[in-house]
Amino acid sequence: MKFKQIAGGLLDRRYFLKKSLVFSVAASIPAYLTAQTPLELERTQWMSEPGLGFSNYGQPSPFEKKTIRWTMANSHTPGNGVSWTPLQDLEGIITPSGLHFERHHNGVPQIDPAAHRLTIHGLVTHPLEFSIENLLQYPKISRICFIECGGNSNAGWHKNPIQTPVGNFHGMVSCSEWTGIPLKLLLNEAQLQPQAKWLIAEGGDASLMNVSLPIEKAINDCFVALYQNGERIRPENGYPLRLIVPGWEGVVNVKWLQRLHIASQPSMSRNETAKYTELLPSGKAQQFSFFMSAKSIITNPSFGHQLNRFGLYQISGLAWSGRGKITRVEVSADQGQTWLDAELQDPILSMCFTRFRIPLEWHGQAIVLSSRATDETGYVQPTRTELIAQRGRHGYFHYNAIVNWALSAQGQISHVYN
Amino acid sequence: MSIIKYGLIVFLSWMNPSHAGDALSPMLGNPLSEATIQQRNFTVFQNGQGLPVGQGGVTAGKKIYTSRCLSCHGFEGSGNSAEELAGALHRLTDNPPDKTIGTYWPYATTLFDFIRRAMPMDSPGSLSTQEIYDVTAYLLFLNKIIDHNQTIDNKSLANIKMPNRNGFINHYKNNN
Repeated sequence: MKFKQIAGGLLDRRYFLKKSLVFSVAASIPAYLTAQTPLELERTQWMSEPGLGFSNYGQPSPFEKKTIRWTMANSHTPGNGVSWTPLQDLEGIITPSGLHFERHHNGVPQIDPAAHRLTIHGLVTHPLEFSIENLLQYPKISRICFIECGGNSNAGWHKNPIQTPVGNFHGMVSCSEWTGIPLKLLLNEAQLQPQAKWLIAEGGDASLMNVSLPIEKAINDCFVALYQNGERIRPENGYPLRLIVPGWEGVVNVKWLQRLHIASQPSMSRNETAKYTELLPSGKAQQFSFFMSAKSIITNPSFGHQLNRFGLYQISGLAWSGRGKITRVEVSADQGQTWLDAELQDPILSMCFTRFRIPLEWHGQAIVLSSRATDETGYVQPTRTELIAQRGRHGYFHYNAIVNWALSAQGQISHVYN
Repeated sequence: MSIIKYGLIVFLSWMNPSHAGDALSPMLGNPLSEATIQQRNFTVFQNGQGLPVGQGGVTAGKKIYTSRCLSCHGFEGSGNSAEELAGALHRLTDNPPDKTIGTYWPYATTLFDFIRRAMPMDSPGSLSTQEIYDVTAYLLFLNKIIDHNQTIDNKSLANIKMPNRNGFINHYKNNN
């Protein structure tokens, strides 16, 4: 069977699958039949002594200490900052809870769930409060979805391409299985009044962060999550309760959720006016941008990785869209001149990370690797040039351009613009 | 839709995220009194709804700013570790633009709201209503939006026309 190989060394995505069906026919005599004296059985240190005992809560291997969130905070106010998911060190689509990115405005509150209430009021017939104990008794749903900060990848607007691991550049996105109560269920209990058009969600941290959402999104697919990846949500992700707004910018997924104010208008809070709005070249700014548009990144190999042999590699990356399922990811090895479809790994879920893979035959050729995502609405991830032509360079939020990694003849990777 | 059989409630529609709101509810929400709602309701709207009765002035605001805000926000609203609040040197169409209260924020009510919620970061909630109005007035003065002898109150704040009031495009409305 012949495999199409295109410019730069990319191979048909079915290469690995088909290759495994080819059996070796060259016969050789096994060593054990010819050896003069019996060889000693090998036994490592770990095969020679009992292992450690049981633990109440498992931890990563001590050999994986480098797989951590990179943290960045204001030195005067250490609770105001970000930690980034190390995407370059992870595989699959689930982000371990302890590596989920963080954006806090004034630290992580250690909320006692017994003292926490969710209040629903405003344009409702029955203003209500819910204790966590009561919420735990409601029917629940689970959904695997990404959360991406609206400010993720903002270094892409810089004049020169930033040279940093992919997680430190694009790691304000993570993907978890969230479990909680459909918001519609709680809103139905409170009974929305006809003038209800917006839902203002507020967190119970020291910044009392609040944002406004159109009520139709709240009714359609939002939920209040109690669990993340099977366990109760971690404090830094909103314990005991977080709003999940699938596909929309991270800031609206309000952590430490304590209040839902139903209104006929948005509140025009700081985080929907002064922040999380995108200034355009005209001097006007986009407000209520919400949707995180389709995006993809090759995570392996990426900046900081070193190719140290010739031969076959598997390129692996992530794609996601806030408007639905990823339908296609193409990879180029020649600065976007020719593209080849990557294999999309199951499951392919709406508003969720999709893992893509494609083989690369590398023999020291200097190439530029890029990935381009398409979602089910037909939207195609733009090049940086296209994005800047539309939005200028001072929008800061919602950067989703194609990312290019230049692979040198020495096997080193740097970030380049197209 | 459901039928009850042997005490089990059998769902006829498959539970998925889009149908999940149709599930039955145990209805465990507790009613809230108007007084409790008032105690919890921090929301301030751009039309002034939600602002507490009170007023403030520039001179008093400068004193509060100097003691509580300046260490992070800098002399006259710029230059230190925190957000640039005033003193824009560039317009929004310049390269780079300066996004201060005066050049960017569309509503003055947002200032009162955000300060009451979150400032100062080392002790949120420690400013009185009077002090929040005072420091709001000082920040509006620094941005040349009010005069040094002008006061603001819960009625007038929503009527202040911010320079960038019409600077925003509702992207959600235009794309859905």
